[in-house]
Amino acid sequence: MTGIRDSAWEGDLEQLKGLVSERALTGETMVLNMGPQHPSTHGVLRLILELDGETIVNCTPDVGYLHTGIEKTFESKRYEQAVVLTDRMDYLNPLGNNLAYCLAVEKLTELDVPPRAQYLRVLLAELTRINSHLVWLGTHALDIGAMSVFLYCFREREKVLDIFEMVAGQRMMATYFRPGGLWRDVPEEFEPAVRDFLDYFPAKIDDYEKLLTENPLWRDRTQGIGYLSADDAVRLGCTGPTLRGSGVNWDIRKAIPYSSYDHFEFDVPLGQHGDVYDRYLIRIEEMRQSLRIVRQALDNLPSGPVRSNNRKYVPPPRSEIGHSMEALIHHFKLWTEGFRPPEGEVYVRVESPRGELGCFLASDGSPRPWRVHFRTPSFIHLSALPHMAKGHMIADLVGIVGSIDIVLGDCDR
Amino acid sequence: MTGFLQDIGLSYELAVLVAKALGVAVVGAFGLLWTLLGIWIERKVAARFQDRVGPNRVGPFGLLQSIADAVKIILKEDIMNRHVDRWPYNLAPILSTLSVMLIWAVIPFTAAWVGADLNVGVLYLVAVGSLGTVAVIMAGWSSNNKYALISAFRAVAQLISYEVPMVISLLVPVMLAGSLSVQAIVKSQHIAYLFAVPMTVLIFLISGQAENGRGPFDLLEAESEIVAGFHIEYSGMKFGMFYVGEFLHAFTLSVLTALLFLGGWQGPLAEKIIPLGFVYLLLKSVFVYFVLIWVRMTLPRVRIDHLLNFNWKFLVPLSLINLLVVAFLWKLMPDTDQINSFADALGPTLVLFLANVVMFAGVAWWLREWARRDREHIEARRAVVAEPAEATAAAGD
Amino acid sequence: MLISRCLFRLEQAELNGFHNKTEILAVLSDFAPIASLFALSVLVGVMILFMSRMLGPFRPTARKLVPYESGMRPYGDAIRRIPVKFYRVAVLFILFDIEVIFFLPWAVVFRDLRLYGLAVMGFFFLVLTVGFVYEWMVGGLEWD
Repeated sequence: MTGIRDSAWEGDLEQLKGLVSERALTGETMVLNMGPQHPSTHGVLRLILELDGETIVNCTPDVGYLHTGIEKTFESKRYEQAVVLTDRMDYLNPLGNNLAYCLAVEKLTELDVPPRAQYLRVLLAELTRINSHLVWLGTHALDIGAMSVFLYCFREREKVLDIFEMVAGQRMMATYFRPGGLWRDVPEEFEPAVRDFLDYFPAKIDDYEKLLTENPLWRDRTQGIGYLSADDAVRLGCTGPTLRGSGVNWDIRKAIPYSSYDHFEFDVPLGQHGDVYDRYLIRIEEMRQSLRIVRQALDNLPSGPVRSNNRKYVPPPRSEIGHSMEALIHHFKLWTEGFRPPEGEVYVRVESPRGELGCFLASDGSPRPWRVHFRTPSFIHLSALPHMAKGHMIADLVGIVGSIDIVLGDCDR
Repeated sequence: MTGFLQDIGLSYELAVLVAKALGVAVVGAFGLLWTLLGIWIERKVAARFQDRVGPNRVGPFGLLQSIADAVKIILKEDIMNRHVDRWPYNLAPILSTLSVMLIWAVIPFTAAWVGADLNVGVLYLVAVGSLGTVAVIMAGWSSNNKYALISAFRAVAQLISYEVPMVISLLVPVMLAGSLSVQAIVKSQHIAYLFAVPMTVLIFLISGQAENGRGPFDLLEAESEIVAGFHIEYSGMKFGMFYVGEFLHAFTLSVLTALLFLGGWQGPLAEKIIPLGFVYLLLKSVFVYFVLIWVRMTLPRVRIDHLLNFNWKFLVPLSLINLLVVAFLWKLMPDTDQINSFADALGPTLVLFLANVVMFAGVAWWLREWARRDREHIEARRAVVAEPAEATAAAGD
Repeated sequence: MLISRCLFRLEQAELNGFHNKTEILAVLSDFAPIASLFALSVLVGVMILFMSRMLGPFRPTARKLVPYESGMRPYGDAIRRIPVKFYRVAVLFILFDIEVIFFLPWAVVFRDLRLYGLAVMGFFFLVLTVGFVYEWMVGGLEWD
């Protein structure tokens, strides 16, 4: 219609054949790239939208813009070195990723983890869940326009990150879990810090709820949006809050307990309507339940070592090296060539804040994994997005994308 | 001023003309300068609501931040994509600022300072205010950008819809004062109209906020949906003009509220010490502006269909009923055409206030019924907490 | 007929303010400051844009000059039809705004009008309401 046009700078609609309807090719509907450079796609997600006015006719997610080849990199790292990589996948759930990977290695090598380490793992994994849910709530609210909630959430998240810094020396990429236990025991000031947080945080959750849960605007924007039936949710492989929002009772912490989750009492919130609002309520409730678990873990924290004393796989503590020849040899061998697990394949799953995080590990008996694959919830949930988005408006789309809580690092690996 | 000009040898007509032109220049300069300070206030207040510090680096308390920003934005590269419709594209930012500057011409800052005391002032406000809408549509349409286009769609629906309740609520002060002149409306407020017609003020503020595309109604530039909306293709100073225009629009809404409902420059001693009126007006406006920022920082964004439903099915009927009730009561009361003092105004104000209380009660009852049903709905949803799942021998083990 | 009589009265009342031609001219001269403010604003606007053009760098590249579409190549032109829904709102607005404009002169002379004026406007309001309710009933106010 207007002036001169350089065809090289225009996208080729022909390439989208099959992804968009015929109406788009004739120009009746509008094809719009949402992302990768877009404020509400949580990273670099690209959505190819076909719009009729504001209504979404077709929505095709295009992933891979954050592909970092982490899974391939695993193959050139020794087992204990590779823990570092897991943090970088889902950067909102670093300790959860650590946990999945460590559990996989422990299953492969049949290592046993001392109870103190198991409890601390649960405690920190639940704090990570809170951390992740806070970021989710903040960005989700920001997407729907409630800007202040975003900053409140990040204020509280600081406290969690402070605790991570205290135990691991790193705020986000903590890399605190190791095959066979933890890096080291928690410092003395850990317990009071966590107790402070336990006292401080519940009131803040109430604050968020005051701002959002009963807010008519918030409800208008979330209720009945992005409906996913229980059947569809199962069929599409959804897990975590996305699945539970549709009313399916499936929480891996309860169903297949790992890392002594069966010692703890907590409830699994379920939704009924399978919409954005139910997923929101579930995550809010999950934060409360996580606090419950943290409190129990802290109250019942057993004493003892935090690392397995299987010297074949776990390096000896520093104190032994000075006076034990054997310890020195183990130390030297583990840090120069690593350990050699038996040949075999394992699959371990944990409940990440987003859903089922599975870690598949194949070993050929060498110190480096032969293949590592992560079954990440973000990737799976993204495939359910077109199903949920059709017929809604653009304004709803950002709410739906927020409600499945994707992290592109988790999705693209 | 006129006297001084006549003294130096100008004829009366010329003196008046020069004085008026100068006055207008002052108004324009004040508008632009106020932007610098006002943006600082807005950013500081917004920051406090969000538990942040806000600008605090440039100058004392970050006061010079806006100036630094202005300099930066002037020095920025002006990128205009090759596919735009040039004329409307370049005119839109100027029009955006222009529309709001023109509003300032009729604002009585004090008992004596007013750019142009038009006898059709309120009509003029409505007319000039809608120029801003045209600017938005022009910008969105001509940018040749799909996000901007969606924003233009929304502007068509939102900005013009909300004009209806806004104009209807503007009728109330006009009716009470019996004049379209803004100065006359201010002068007739022996008791601020806020106390007589609070419902009208509420309707005016809501529709005005929507008219400005702010607060929960910022659909035109919803950054999470359509990135920046109509000004997405603008950069450098052209964007800056939109920014200034938008800010001034929002602030002008507060000024208008202060003028039409809060008694404008009126206050103790304002008739005697003229500049004091200006201070009162500014204080009142900043107060209203503060409330608007508060709303804006608290609420999530509405969706376009909810927005229009709210307007046509709630706000428009409500504003019409409100207008009719006020008119009816006003006519029933004796001597309402001769209100010349605080004592005269007291009776009618009380009656209208009571009527408003009744109206508020009605609306509140209706809203509460609605909210109660919703709350039950929520509680029903929240109650579900699952029993522990059956431990299943799952695949993969 | 009732309405037209009322409107006639309104006109009368409005015109009573102006006794002769000079007063009308005086009213027009009220707009002189607005004209000068208009000129001033446009001048300042153009000047600022010009200044920014002079002071800012100008280094266009092919990619910079393409409309932004989230960093990808845009698919097709963005100057296209506006969906009819939005037009419907616009039409609705025009109807209402014209009706509201009728209220305006009435509000001005409201003080001088007796109850008769109120009654007549009540009738006008009734007609308006009937139209509005009809519009609502047939679903003209629904978005979809």
